[in-house]
Formats: sequence, structure tokens, C-alpha cells
Amino acid sequence: MSRDVEDLNRRLLRARDAMDRAYAEPLDVAAVAAVAHISEAHFSRSFRAAFGETPHRYLQRRRVERSMFLLRETERSITDICFDVGFMSLGTFSRTFREIIGETPTTYRDGHGPMVAPNCVQMWAMRPRVGVGELAPAEGGTKSSSFGEAAAASAP
Amino acid sequence: MLTKLNVASIYVLDKDEALDFYVNKLGLEKGSDFKQGDYRWLTVRVPGNPDVEINLEQPGPPLHDEATAEQIRELITKGALSGLVFHTDDARALYETLQERGVTDFTQEPIEHFYGTDMGLRDPFGNAIRILERKPVVATATA
Repeated sequence: MSRDVEDLNRRLLRARDAMDRAYAEPLDVAAVAAVAHISEAHFSRSFRAAFGETPHRYLQRRRVERSMFLLRETERSITDICFDVGFMSLGTFSRTFREIIGETPTTYRDGHGPMVAPNCVQMWAMRPRVGVGELAPAEGGTKSSSFGEAAAASAP
Repeated sequence: MLTKLNVASIYVLDKDEALDFYVNKLGLEKGSDFKQGDYRWLTVRVPGNPDVEINLEQPGPPLHDEATAEQIRELITKGALSGLVFHTDDARALYETLQERGVTDFTQEPIEHFYGTDMGLRDPFGNAIRILERKPVVATATA
């Protein structure tokens, strides 16, 4: 029994790693579920049970984290950053960013300089967990999906 | 006064499989391997750096009761426990070598940062491994 849980966890972790690695590329639930060799429906349920949030939400917040990183560390335009991290429209990016962080990308950039920590530490530690105004972890998937946001964008 | 770090421990699901991965895939060498009763003290280390040993610890008796061991195993496979960070003299060459040895579980291919080139992978159980080729420090940067 426990061996099954361990094997499932390991495959879910591999799928989560794929989102951390390929957030800039077009991703949908089916593609990420395929990394774990699990059916789509079972994947979303299992992922949430293991990591406490849906894969959609995990990816959305990885993309926002990477955008925060680029806002802090680079001079790239907001529009470029939006596409860099896998969003397909500036409107969706700005709205999602504001929902989670509580301010616009522009005001965030103005208020934050580079962070003195290796990139892997920033990815590890800076992904927003609970959005501003959220009382509890959202159900996820109720909002427009960030999966497929980059569907038409070419990989960098 | 403390003088150096001697042993760091990580949890693995299976000591034999861990030894195979850390030595034959990652390129470490076996340090200690002693058996006393049911317990096996097994360490690996960076070749040429014998002072620091990585203890490969397997959850279970006599260290843990079965319920505790099961919890730890679940955490290992979720990637929720601690990992290791190594230095290399050539991250891209090592990336190639690891692929040739059959490593597929990369979390990040080599990427260049101001502090150096780093990459990431996982051991067979879910533990994170980071590898960094440091750039010579010119100013006062923290790597």
C-alpha cells in the first residue's frame, strides 16, 4: 500500500518539476498528467492531495513568481515578461498578478530591487502561496485556467 | 570552536539503489560501508574530498517505527525533505556526462547566472540535487 503512495508521489513530483522547468511553454493538464502517467481527472485530484493545491494553481503561481523575478532583476518590458513566463495576454497576466500579489506588475517593480539569493533559492522560496484577500487556499480551476495560456506562443 | 562539517545525512528509500545512483550515475565515491547487526552505515563523498561524508539513511527500524518511516518515505517522494548542493568545474560537461549515464530526472538544465552556471536534478527517490559551477567572484557578490 505505502509503496503505491510513494510511487504516485514520485510521479506527481516529476510532473510538478515539469511545470517548474517548462512554465514558459504551452502546458495543459493533459501534458502534465502525461508526465506522471496518470489520467487527467485522477492527476488533478492526486496532485492536490499531495501538494495542497491544484496543478493549475501551482503553475499559475510559478508563472507569477518568475514574472516577479524578472521584474526585480531585469529591465524587460511588462509585455515581454508576460510572454516570457507563459501568459498569452497582457490582460490575463495583469489581472492574475494583481489578484495574487495585490498590486500591479508596475508598482511591484517600483517597490522591489534584486534579491541576493541564488536563482534556485528564489524559485524555491518566493512562489506566492496564498493570494491577497484569499481566506483559504482557493479551489483552483474555478478561474480561467492558466494552462494553455501560452498555447500559441513559441517557446523561448 | 567548530572546525568543519563532517557528515550530512539524507533519507533515501533504499540504500543499495542510492549507492548505485550516487556512485555510478552522479559520480561520487563510496565512503564508509559497515554493517553491524541489521544496521548499515553507508556514506558517499565527493572524490578527493574525504572530509565530508554524505550519510545515506533509510527510514525504518531501528531508527523509526514503521508508521514514522512511512511518513518520512512519503515526504521523500514528495520532494519535501532536504537536498544537496555540489560544486563542479564544468556544469555543461557534467550535464552531458549524466545524460550519457542515463540520468533523466533533471529539474533544470544548465543555466547561466551572474554567480555561475547551475543545474538541478533529483535522485531516484525525490531528493533535490543542485550543482553549481561558480564564476570567479569579482565584486562582493553572494553566490
